[in-house]
Amino acid sequence: MKIQNSNFPYPPTLLTFPTLLTPMTPAHSPTPSNTWADRLAPRLWLGPVTLLGPAGVWLLVLLVLPTLLILEISLVPGLRLGQPSGGYGLGNYLQILQPVYLRVIWRSLVFAVGSTALCLLMGFPVAYWLALMSPQRWRNLLLVAFILPLWTSSLLRAYAWTTILRPSGVLNGMLTAIGLPAQNWLNTPTAVFIGLTYSFLPYMVLILYASLEKLDIRLLEAAADLGATPRQCFWKITVPQTLPGIAAASLLVFISTLSDFVVPTLLGGASSMNISRLIYNQFLGPTRAWGFGSALSMVLILAVSLAIALLIRYGDRNTVTEA
Amino acid sequence: MAQMVHSAAATATPAAQPDVELRRVVKAFGAEVAVCDLDLAVRQGEFFSILGPSGCGKTTTLRLIAGFETPSAGDVLIQGANVSTVPAHRRPVNTVFQSYALFDHMTVKDNIAFGLKIRRMGTAQVRDRVAEALRLVRMESMANRYPAQLSGGQQQRVALARALVNHPAVMLLDEPLGALDQKLRKQMQVELANLHRQLGITFIMVTHDQEEALALSDRIAVMNNGQIEQIGTPSDIYDRPSTAFVADFIGDTNLLPGRIDQPHPRQVQVTTDSGLRVLACMSGSTVAQAVVVSVRPEKINLSLSAPAAANNCYQGHISHLMYLGTHLHCVVRLGSGETLMVRHPNRAESLIGVDTAVYVHWAADDCLVLDAA
Repeated sequence: MKIQNSNFPYPPTLLTFPTLLTPMTPAHSPTPSNTWADRLAPRLWLGPVTLLGPAGVWLLVLLVLPTLLILEISLVPGLRLGQPSGGYGLGNYLQILQPVYLRVIWRSLVFAVGSTALCLLMGFPVAYWLALMSPQRWRNLLLVAFILPLWTSSLLRAYAWTTILRPSGVLNGMLTAIGLPAQNWLNTPTAVFIGLTYSFLPYMVLILYASLEKLDIRLLEAAADLGATPRQCFWKITVPQTLPGIAAASLLVFISTLSDFVVPTLLGGASSMNISRLIYNQFLGPTRAWGFGSALSMVLILAVSLAIALLIRYGDRNTVTEA
Repeated sequence: MAQMVHSAAATATPAAQPDVELRRVVKAFGAEVAVCDLDLAVRQGEFFSILGPSGCGKTTTLRLIAGFETPSAGDVLIQGANVSTVPAHRRPVNTVFQSYALFDHMTVKDNIAFGLKIRRMGTAQVRDRVAEALRLVRMESMANRYPAQLSGGQQQRVALARALVNHPAVMLLDEPLGALDQKLRKQMQVELANLHRQLGITFIMVTHDQEEALALSDRIAVMNNGQIEQIGTPSDIYDRPSTAFVADFIGDTNLLPGRIDQPHPRQVQVTTDSGLRVLACMSGSTVAQAVVVSVRPEKINLSLSAPAAANNCYQGHISHLMYLGTHLHCVVRLGSGETLMVRHPNRAESLIGVDTAVYVHWAADDCLVLDAA
């Protein structure tokens, strides 16, 4: 924006005042182009560039360019490492439509939706208690206790679960101790649900906590005053008021569980192939089918982007950043 | 006229049981006692105000009636029924909150219909009642807006409508006009008074604004430190305060500590600590040695020449002067060293300025002798 000197909203006395403004505007040269605002204006772009530049370059080199590379590779049908390739085409994408691969995608969705639902069912009461009922002085300590597992590697935590779930593990030990038959837990879809729910429950609780903590208690009092029972208060006030937080937490957990690799690999075994493991197998497995793997990656990127778009549209982003 | 209406409402059911009654109610939060041994009876159809400085326990008292707090001791009765342990959602009262507490995820219409729908009222009846409530608060055109799209005054009206649509036995108002600017406040005061007259139900309002309490109430309870200092009509409270706290809190007053030296049947002579002799009328049956004489700034006359045959007449000079449009606020320093606030009407002849020598005088009937606190 260009500012005309004659209409410039600073009184002349301010411009001649010998303090902050003098270095920028010598009082003896009051020509139109020489006000400090005019001089500064062309350089205003410098600020954003300095602030956003490093992160921008980082994202460009390590995210945008690789994604474009994957997009290109995905469009080369039958591309295998070390083999001459043909021209561009949609063959890799058509290959995904084979029932065997659709089943993998379906299974990934079932893992993601199921463990998100489990996280929500278990996380909401905990977050509710933490935000509204727990003793004020213990609240921060309790929150830290909840975040603590996140400070260890997800790989280690998944390994820990293998010792619990394996045939001679802790869980079966407890079951046989109380007279129940031992079960085969490890390398089943059940183990994947347990592992995913365990891994992402803290995120769910944290985001829901941030949302519930902002709940205006006076609204609950107003509802009670108007005759609403505690149950009605919950469904008609608490849930609608925290819906953006619920959406944010659920979508975040959904995104994470949909693309998780560690838990299905370590706990799920051969029966729990999901899309991340399928992609891994295309790139590092014996077939080295980079073209097909890239197409699968593009599908996953698309699905996650869609979920993020929903998150931005409907979720309460403040609760995510606060958590 | 307002006065007439008030007295009619107050005397309509003289012997009927009170709509709301508190009996020796105590409310303590941990070691802190918010309300202490409170007795209160609000008559049916009355506009009753609880007035006091912040932290005096007035909001806690209202919350005890609404059911958001349970008394530590004592009983709360609504229409004769002991509701001390009845939760808020089963009490026949509705509250207008200071912050309005409107449900921002619902439209105005749905906010107002909330209480009716909770009680499973039929759709047609809900629609009629909501329409009636909207009309009462003159918000018909805003039915489909969300609270965030309304101004403060409009939100206030929705909060009122949301409470009164349920036809409660008692309406509780917690600083209902506290968040509005001066002009809107005055306007809403008139609307509140009109609503009360139209509905004929008991209003209990908590406020720290004495002018609001005086303007609207049939009776006022002045609270201090969790206890009631005085209950009475606005003119009782203002003209016949029973304690020095009430005299000081309601309006401005000059308090002159002293001792009674000549008791008469109706009047007493008090010698103040600074040596002034003041002739005053007694408040109630107070006969005590150490007393406080209370005289309101607007009851004191200022004159440049010595007035003829005035009882309480003293010489002094103006030490401060504030021009306030309708009147001048003067601080007069007397020869004895005391300072008095005087409210002097703004007239053409009032040619006074700082350091002008003046006489102050007031009638014995215009000042009160109160127990020294």
